[in-house]
Amino acid sequence: MDDMESGVVKKFMFVNRKPPHGTVYALEVLEMVLISAAFDQDVHLAFLDDGVLQIKKGQTPAGIGVKNFSPTYRALEGYDIEKLYVEAESLAERGLTEDDLLVDVEVISRADMGKLMAEMDVVLTA
Amino acid sequence: MSILHTVNKSPFERSCLDACLGHAQPGDSVLLMEDAVIAALSGTAFEGKMADAAKTLKLNVLGPDLAARGLDPARVVSGISVVDYAGFVDLAAETKATNAWL
Repeated sequence: MDDMESGVVKKFMFVNRKPPHGTVYALEVLEMVLISAAFDQDVHLAFLDDGVLQIKKGQTPAGIGVKNFSPTYRALEGYDIEKLYVEAESLAERGLTEDDLLVDVEVISRADMGKLMAEMDVVLTA
Repeated sequence: MSILHTVNKSPFERSCLDACLGHAQPGDSVLLMEDAVIAALSGTAFEGKMADAAKTLKLNVLGPDLAARGLDPARVVSGISVVDYAGFVDLAAETKATNAWL
């Protein structure tokens, strides 16, 4: 019997560190997150370093010929993915505040982010 | 004649911008594009470095890449010009060579 059938719930964390649009990492992680929602796991999303730019308000990538996937972050709530964490230092380094973000998040310190990661069973960073 | 230097990686992740600024000669042009556009914004950890560079280099940032990322052109460090794709072509045409700091 595998973990899914036995009802084992693990703590998953997807750690986003890349800015959106320049590479495909942000979109690929978002797709992994959506898939993970189907398996009833305890999913956490972390945004740190340039990853905080993934949830910046006002993205309009039509001018560079790229799909605007940023509204999808707002839909995560509908999949019961509500544990979103943003690193305070990463926002500050980029001149951003919580008001610049398009979803409700918990802003935590780098030190607390490290502790949170340590509590996870599975961590995937991209 | 001067050179156009293009930088397309985030300065928070790679050292391309530092390498470019360390080698560009006075009067050269620099264009921040793709993931490098974050370096053009005021209030970031790179604001001082860009303000210094603007004293000797012609600094530019690609507008469509700012818009894609939801970054306000009005928040660009003073001394950095926002250009569109036609402006990119003009920059390439008015310099003798282009150096892409990939």
